[in-house]
Parts: sequence; C-alpha cells; structure tokens
Amino acid sequence: MSTLEDFAGALTPSWCPGCGNFGILNAVKNALVELNIAPHEVLFVSDIGQNGKLPHYTRGNVFNSLHGRAVPPAVAAKIINRNLNVIIDIGDGGAYGEGLNHLIHAMRRNHDVTCLVHDNQVYGLTLGQASPTTDIGGITKTTPQGAPPPVNPLLLALAVDCGFVARGFADDVAHLAKIIKAGVAHRGFALIDILQPCVSFNHKNTHQWYRERVYKLEGTGYLPDDKTAAWQKAQEWGAKIPTGVIYRHERPVYEEALPVLDPDEDLEHIVVSGKIDKLITEFV
Amino acid sequence: MTQTLNFMVSGEAGQGVQSIGFLLAKALARYGYYVFSDQDYESRVRGGSNFFRVRASLTPVNAIKDKINILLAFSRQGIEQHHRGVAQTGFIIYDTETLGNLNVNDTVSIPAARLSKEATGDMQSANTVLLAAALCLLGYSPEDLLSLLQSYFRGEAAVNNVKAAQAGFQYVREHISIKMTTQLRKIGNKSRMLVHGNEALSLGAIAAGCKFMAAYPMTPITSIIEYLSGKAVELGMVVVPAEDEIAAINMVTGASYAGVRAMTATSGGGFCLMVEGLGLAAMTETPIVVVEGQRPGPAIGLPTRQEQGDLDFMLHAAHGEFPRVILTPSTAEECFWAAVKAFNLAEKYQLTVIIMTDHHLATSYSAVERFDLTRVEIDRGVLYSKNSGEYKRHQFTADGISPRAFPGKPGTLVVTDSDEHDEAGHLTEDPEIRSKMVNKRLGKMVALREEIRLPKLWGAEQPEIIVAGWGSTFGAIREAVTTLTETGVKIAHLHFSEIWPFPKDEVGDILQDCPKVMVAENNATGQLAKLIQRETCIHVNDHVLRYDGRPFTPAEIIAAVGQEVK
Repeated sequence: MSTLEDFAGALTPSWCPGCGNFGILNAVKNALVELNIAPHEVLFVSDIGQNGKLPHYTRGNVFNSLHGRAVPPAVAAKIINRNLNVIIDIGDGGAYGEGLNHLIHAMRRNHDVTCLVHDNQVYGLTLGQASPTTDIGGITKTTPQGAPPPVNPLLLALAVDCGFVARGFADDVAHLAKIIKAGVAHRGFALIDILQPCVSFNHKNTHQWYRERVYKLEGTGYLPDDKTAAWQKAQEWGAKIPTGVIYRHERPVYEEALPVLDPDEDLEHIVVSGKIDKLITEFV
Repeated sequence: MTQTLNFMVSGEAGQGVQSIGFLLAKALARYGYYVFSDQDYESRVRGGSNFFRVRASLTPVNAIKDKINILLAFSRQGIEQHHRGVAQTGFIIYDTETLGNLNVNDTVSIPAARLSKEATGDMQSANTVLLAAALCLLGYSPEDLLSLLQSYFRGEAAVNNVKAAQAGFQYVREHISIKMTTQLRKIGNKSRMLVHGNEALSLGAIAAGCKFMAAYPMTPITSIIEYLSGKAVELGMVVVPAEDEIAAINMVTGASYAGVRAMTATSGGGFCLMVEGLGLAAMTETPIVVVEGQRPGPAIGLPTRQEQGDLDFMLHAAHGEFPRVILTPSTAEECFWAAVKAFNLAEKYQLTVIIMTDHHLATSYSAVERFDLTRVEIDRGVLYSKNSGEYKRHQFTADGISPRAFPGKPGTLVVTDSDEHDEAGHLTEDPEIRSKMVNKRLGKMVALREEIRLPKLWGAEQPEIIVAGWGSTFGAIREAVTTLTETGVKIAHLHFSEIWPFPKDEVGDILQDCPKVMVAENNATGQLAKLIQRETCIHVNDHVLRYDGRPFTPAEIIAAVGQEVK
C-alpha cells in the first residue's frame, strides 16, 4: 500500500501563502494514495509557471518541460511505457494559450493521461498579466482597458470529444481528490480544469469569490453521460459554477491500438527488428 | 558503352515522370550499372514541367552530367526546354501523334498513346510504352523489363504496364531502324540497392533500433515519415503524425526520456519551430536525433528545390550554450551510416544529433552496395545499475555523462527539469551548481571531438588548390576534381561528412600549406568557408556558390576552378 509519506517531497514549496496550488498538491497526493499507486509508477510532466513546481514538492518521476509543451512529451512517454500513470501539471497559460494546439490534438487522439490545469485566470509567475481564461473585462497589467472574452476550456474539450471533462476547486481538496482519482482511473484523456485562487495577482476571482459560487454536480441529479447536457453545463459561469465531472465516456485509446513495445519490455536492451534484412532486400 | 550514359525523363507533374525515371534507374541498376539520378520538380500536383535525370556508369557515380544522351519526353514543354541539352550523338524519344512535330533534330517518334490504347484500352500507360521503346533501342531484354514492371506495379496496373511495354518493344523492332551505338548488357554486381537519401536514412534508423518517430510532413523529408509509417506495424515502431513540429520534437524528447531511441525529421522551416525543443533536449540531457533536410529559404522559399543554406542555423540554433553534433552525410550510403552513428552519439553523450541532408541528397537515387548489417553496432552509453546508490539523473561525473535510467522501475525516480537543476534533477538557482552544470554539459565536447570522422584529403599529394565542400555536393566536386586532375591540375578535394564539433586542428594542418583554398557550396554566403575561417584562422581564397535552387553539376565546378588555375 502506498501512503502519504511516500509522496512527501524533499523541497519546501515556494508558493505564496494561501496559494491554491497547496490544495491541488494535497489532492494529487491523496488521489494517488487512494489509488494505491507508488511514486515510481507516476510520471509527472509539468509545464512552466508556479504549477510546474508541483512535482518537485512530491515524489515521482518528473519531466519538467517547456512552457506550453507539457502535453507532447507526456503523451509520448505514455506511448512508450503504458504502465506509467502520466499526470500533466499545467497552467491556464500553458494549456490554453501557448500550448492549446497540443492540448486539443492530444484530447482528439485520446491518449491515456490526466491533465490537471491549474487555472488561476492570470499569469502568476510573470507577476500578473491577463491569461486566456481571465474573465471578460478583467483589469490586469497587460489589459488595463479590460480583457477580451476568455476561452471556455470545457467546451473546447467537448468539441474534440474528450472522454473525461471535469472541473475541480482547489479549496475543496476532498472533492478535487475524488475527481483526480476518477480522471487517473479513466481510460483515455482526462481534462480537469481546476479553479485555483491566486492570492497575489487575481483580486477578482478570490477564494471567497469562488466559494460563493461553486457547487458540486453530485447530488443534483446531473448525469455526465449526455454530451448535449454537458455542452450546456460547461457554459454555466457566473452566479453559479459547477464542479465535478461534466462529461465522461470511453472511446479507443491512441496508444492501445499501436503495435509498439510490450508494456513490460525491458527498455534497456535494444532489440533491432529482424525485418531489417528483408527491408533492405526490397530495395534490390 | 562510353564512361556514362545520361538519360532525362521530362514531362508534366502527374504524367509519371517520377515513376518512369525510377523504373529506368532500377532497370539499369539491375544490369549492374552504377546509377545516380536526381529529380527536378515544381511545387504543384499537376502540369508544369518536371524532369528526372538518370546517369548510368561503369564506375561509381554521385553526380549528374549536363549533356543528355537520351531524352524521354512526355510533354511539348519538356522537349522545348531540354532539347538543347541533348548531346550531338543523343536522341529525343517522344510521341509525335500527341505532341506534334517539333523542329528538333535526332528524334525517335513512338506513337505511345495509340499503342497504349490498343494494348490496354486507355492511354495511361503511354509513358511505359516510351520507356520500353528507349530500353529496346539500347538492347535491354524485354523479359527483364517485364519482370521489373511486375514487381513495381500491382494488380491491373501490372497487367496493363506489361502489355504497354510489350507494345513498345514490338513497335521498335518493327518500325525503328535506328541503332544506338551504346548497347546495355548485364555487367558487374546486380544486387545493389537503388535508394535515395531518405530511404537510406530510414533504413539506418531502423537498423539502429529507433522505436519512435514524431514528425510533420515537409518537403524534402516527407518520404522518411511515409516510409517508416508504412513499416511501423511490422517493426513494432510508432510514428506519430504530430500536430506541428513543436509537438514533434517535444514528443521525441518524451519518448527518449521514457527509454527508447527516438527521432524527428523536418526541413528548415519546420526546424525553426523546433528550436526551443533543442534547448529542452539539451537541458534535460535527453538523447534525440533530428534530421534536417534543407531546401531554399527563407520562409517557404523554393519548396521542392535544392540549397545548403542552413549550416549557420544548425550550428547556432536555440538560446544558451550547449553541446550538439552535426553530421552532414554526402551520399545515400552515408545517410544510412549517419543514422546509425547519430543514435549512438546521441545516447552516449545524451544530447541532440542533427543529421543535415538536403533536397538533392534526400531525393536522388543511387545504386549502392547492400548495407552491411554486421557492421552496425549499438551503444546506449552508460546506464544506471541499481548498486550505485540513490539515483540522480544529472549526477556529476568526470566526463560529464550521468548514467541514464528510465522511469517506471521500483526504487528509481527519474527527475529532470528544463529549469537549471541539481544532480537529482530538482530545480535550483544555486550559482555554484549552475556553473558546474554548464561545465558538465559543455565538457562533453572534449570527448566528442574524438568521435568525429576527419575529412579526408583526396587527390594530388601536394595540391596547389584544395576545393572543400560538405554534404551533397560531394559527387559533383569529386568528379570535377577527378577531371581536372586528369588535365594536369594539382588539385585535391576536402569533404566534410561530419562537421560539428569541427576538427579544427586537423583541418588547419591540411589547409595551411596549400596556396589556394576554395569552397563549393549550394548557398549564397559561403557558410562552410566562414566556419573554416573562424575555426582555423585560415583564409578561404574563393567560393563557388550556387543558390538558384539547383544542385551543382561537375561542369560548373570545373569551369569555376578552371578560372582560378589559369
């Protein structure tokens, strides 16, 4: 059995006190422990931003990538080693701005990875500029006249038939852990957009602001198996913000259809295909 | 047969210029001739004016000759453009019934469209009729051509092309009295492969155990992606059609981190997008192989044409300072071995190896000896063994190379970071660790210098002039130097098939005693010349530069060097 101790990182987080990332970190650890996954069975692929530091504050294999580029190496690693539980930690800038193309195509191809978007609706690491999810009219250092309309990541995911579309809230660690657990267990791409209060640079979407608005879909009678209903639910934003699984269905996973390496193959020993001789003969 | 026989197949895009050119090259290779061919085509799917040149030789050949002995023309424009290039003893073979009479000399008229229609019911195989007619005039055996067609085409197409070829042979026997002075015969080694640079490189990657490729199509490297995609299932390999080149290089880095040999391929424009990924591979010390098939730039440039304009770019691409290796294979055979070596160097030194080719090398077919697989060695470099304590991905070592481990093993966590990091892979801003990490990475260049194959000086022992080149200009320069040597010029050829780290001491020793150093390059600014000057402080006296989008022919280099030695 894995324990929370197994996931205790050596480094002390450098996040601001009160940062939503603490909740996400705790939820990730809890989910992995509840799934009984050991650190060596996890690969965290993180982006750049405060989110990208998360893997350093727990334990697991870590590939800390470039800004916006966490998705491509993550899906490739999963193709090569299907035994790895691949978790992407990325922010709203990396996922929905710099790397949106990668996210859309990875959801479309349906790789079996879990993508946690630390969505604080602002650029934190660069000290407070507008992000792709900054609310319309939001005043930031780069949008002194107000931000243009935001992207709706849940609708984007639904548009490419992502099989697990969810929203979590960093302050509700137990609920978020439950969503992450379901996302990791889901066969296929899981997009989890996480409302993450930024105490330093987002003075609109604060802890309090979110707490007044979020509600859990569980218990409301909502079933996440209807795409049309999901399409409507994904547009609910403002006075009430739904959290939980918005849409879920299984469809073929990209890497499972590939005739590549056996997941238990010893990677350290290269076996060159015996077919090469035949291929050379084809050119004679 | 005189020393070489030069063919040109010309016509519009969509008329089968490529297929007929390839079949002609294959027919000649199967008789044991050395063959070299190049392709010149416009960036369009139908129409225009394309050509495919094939040169057959009794001795190894790696360049195209200007004068054509036999022009096989499918379009009027093909004749109008090229009839002046036909040698005095040469012939133009075409269909007067469809193209009409052209006011050119030495033509052989074959009613190819009519014969195709009579034999197969449509005119689609007219080009095969012309091919058969040309080979018949040269004494090629009908049976040998028919068996070639049967192996190249499938199903109904095979049946129709065989019928068309038979019609072509029959027509020549019954109606054409011209006898070619050159007659083909079966000579030499008949088991050579006919491959172009991209195919050879793909085979090299397979032989090296490459398991993963991610790429986005771009001329001239698309056929690498297509070939490996087609073979992936039987090879147990994955080829991911990435959404863009940024994704491609990042996927390759992720796959390599996870434990397999991985590569991508692109042209200069796609490489522009990959540049930030180069830095990631460098910082995380992840071995990757990147094929860069050059074409003329900047921007879209000339998509289907030739240039060697990216050397400066490959030497310097990406911010920051880090080691890299650049291989510049010169022939199709070298493409195979460059791929094998690239994976070994990438893994041994945990860095990016760039294989630079170009349109000319990527698409030119040549007949080469079968690749000797017994010479292929695989070196994965230092791998972590459990006994050596807690695993640190970026552990400091004497040679800067840290043992690699792959994620997923109990007791081993593989941690790496695009931020500067400590030995364990966790991010750090400690100035001392930063300096040590920079030194660790750059220090690999010391051992790498010993890995680079030195350029060989070929030709006169004490040359009065040295012509230097790199990559695909090899054949044209070598032939020019051979010809000039025969006319008494004391000349030698220095060629770089592996260019970075630059072997500056050795090159300096070679060049310092030579009164005149020339560099022949397919670019406008003399990028190799600049590199030589920068690294050796030896002045390059003159350049032979071509940057009109076409490859060199030996004659152009002879003319340029001839000016110098007069």
